[in-house]
Amino acid sequence: MFRSLVQIEKVGQTFNTKSGKFTALRDISLDVREGEVVTLIGHSGCGKSTLLNLIAGLTLPTTGVLLCEGREIPGPGPERAVVFQNHSLLPWMTCFENVMLGVEQVFGRKEGRDKLKARVEAALAMVHMEHAMHKYPHEISGGMKQRVGIARAFAMEPRILLMDEPFGALDALTRAALQDELNGVLAKTGATVVMVTHDVDEAVLLSDRIVMMTNGPAATIGEIVEVKLDRPRDRLELAHEHKFAEYRAAVFEFLYRKQLKKAA
Amino acid sequence: MSTVLAFKPTEVAMAAPEAKSPARVAPPVAVTGPRSGIPGAQSESAPSPDLPSVAPGAPAGEKLRDALRIVIPPLFGIALMVGIWALVAIKSGNIPGPDKTWAAAVKLFADPFYQNGPNDQGIGWNVLSSLKRVGIGFGFAAAVGIPMGFLLGRFAFMNRMFEPIISLLRPVSPLAWLPIGLLVFQKADPAATWTIFICSIWPMILNTAQGVQRVPQDYLNVARVLGLPETKIITRILFPAVLPYMLTGIRLSIGTAWLVIVAAEMLTGGVGIGFWVWDEWNNLKVEHIVIAIFVIGIVGLALETMLLMLAKRFSYESR
Repeated sequence: MFRSLVQIEKVGQTFNTKSGKFTALRDISLDVREGEVVTLIGHSGCGKSTLLNLIAGLTLPTTGVLLCEGREIPGPGPERAVVFQNHSLLPWMTCFENVMLGVEQVFGRKEGRDKLKARVEAALAMVHMEHAMHKYPHEISGGMKQRVGIARAFAMEPRILLMDEPFGALDALTRAALQDELNGVLAKTGATVVMVTHDVDEAVLLSDRIVMMTNGPAATIGEIVEVKLDRPRDRLELAHEHKFAEYRAAVFEFLYRKQLKKAA
Repeated sequence: MSTVLAFKPTEVAMAAPEAKSPARVAPPVAVTGPRSGIPGAQSESAPSPDLPSVAPGAPAGEKLRDALRIVIPPLFGIALMVGIWALVAIKSGNIPGPDKTWAAAVKLFADPFYQNGPNDQGIGWNVLSSLKRVGIGFGFAAAVGIPMGFLLGRFAFMNRMFEPIISLLRPVSPLAWLPIGLLVFQKADPAATWTIFICSIWPMILNTAQGVQRVPQDYLNVARVLGLPETKIITRILFPAVLPYMLTGIRLSIGTAWLVIVAAEMLTGGVGIGFWVWDEWNNLKVEHIVIAIFVIGIVGLALETMLLMLAKRFSYESR
C-alpha cells in the first residue's frame, strides 16, 4: 500500500506555440503509491490532462523526471493503460475485438487463443458488458462505450490505470452508475489509479487522495486532501456522513475561494 | 433486349423503393455523378446516415403512396427528356427522334458481339475494350496512387515536396498527355491507358492523403498506449480509418476515367466506345451516336453505383 509506484519529480512542461512559449506546468512533485486512487482536480486549463499525458508517456516533460517502478518513463506502454475521455473505441471493431486488440498485444506471445478469449470475456463481464460483446461501438450507448473503454484498459492488467475525465461526457445518472461500478471494480482488483476529474463529488467518492491544482498557466499542485473514508463506499450512506461533507467542503473551498477563476 | 438497356435509368429508380433506403441509391448518383467528378481532394466522405425507412408495420396503402412518391418524379423527368428530344428531332430534321433511335437500338443490340474485322465490331466488344483500358489504367493508378497517398499523408515533408508538382499537373487535361504516351509507348492502345492512368491518379493520391491526415489523434494515441507495432498500426488502425476516403478517391477517379476514355479513343482509334462514336459520325449514323450516349451514361452510372455500394459496405458509423 505504501510502496510508491509512480514518482513525479520537479516536472515542468512548456509548449511551443505560435505566440511563443507557454508554460503549462511547473514544479510538480507527486508520489503515487501502489493501490491508491489519486484524482487530479482543478479548473479547466490547469493542466491536469497534461499531467496525466505525462504519466502515460504520450508527451515527455520539458524539465524534471517521471519514474514508474523506479525507471524513467520513456513513452506510452500497456503497463500504464489509459481510459480516454471520449472512449476512443475503434469504430470498425466490435467491443470484443477492441478489448482483444490490447490483450493480444500484452499476452499474445505467452498465451493461447482460448486463454486470450477468456481474458477479454472476463474483462467485459467485469463491467457488465458481456451481452454486447459482439456489437459495434455505434450500436451501444455512450455509457456502454465507456465501460468497454474501461474493460480494455483493465484487460491489459496494467500496473496503473490512467483515466482522463472518464465520465465527463456522460449524463449524471449514467455517470453515477459508472462511478459505483468503478468503485466495485477497484475494490476487487486493488488497482492503482490516477484520474482527472472536474467533479468534486466524484473525486471524494472515488479517491484516497485528491490533488488540487492551481490555475494555469504555469499550474502546479496547490493542496492535497487525504480522503479517509472506509471502503467500500456507498453513495447513499456517504450522503449522510459528516466527513464526506467536510472533504467536499475542503475541495470546494480550494476551488472556489482560493483558486477562483476570474470571470472569462 | 434493347428496351431493357435503353431504359435502365428508370429501372434503377424504380428498383429503389424496394431497397431499404431509397434516397441513398438514386439521388446521390444524380448529385455527385461521374460528370461532376472533378479530380481533386473533394471530401465527400462516407454515405450519410440512414434515412428512416418505411416502418415495417405501415398500412399497405401508405406504403404504396410512399413508393409512388419515389417512382413518379423520375418518370416525369424521363418523359420530359424524351419529349424535348422528340421536339428537337422534329424541328431539326438531322437528329433522329426517339422512335428512330429505338428501332436502330433494337437492331444493334440484337447482335452486340459480332466481329467483322478490326474496325467493325459489335457494340458489346467496343464497350468491353473501353472498360478493359479503363481497368488497366485505373489499376496502375491505384497501385501507385494509394501508397503515394499514404506517404504524403503520413510525412509532412513528402507532402510539401509533392504539393507543387501535384498542384501543377492536376489541372492539366489528361488528353494533353496523350502525345507523350504515343511517343513513349509507340502504340495507340497503351497511350490511351496512359491517359487513364494520369487522370485517375490525382484523386486517389489526394483523397488517400487527406484520409491519412484525418485519422483522429485519439486512435493513434490508443495505438501508442497499447504498444502496437507499426505493421499493426497500418493494418488495424490506419487502413480501416482511411478506407472510406480511399473509396471516395476511387469513385471520383473511375468517374473521370470513364469520361476521358471516350475522348482518348476518339483520338487513338482501335476498338472502343469512343472510337465507335467517331466511326458512326463518319458513317453519319447519328442514331448510333445517340445510342452510344445512352450506353456511356448507363455504364458510368453502373460503375458509380457499384462503388457507392462498395463504399457503403466498408463504411463505419463513427460515434
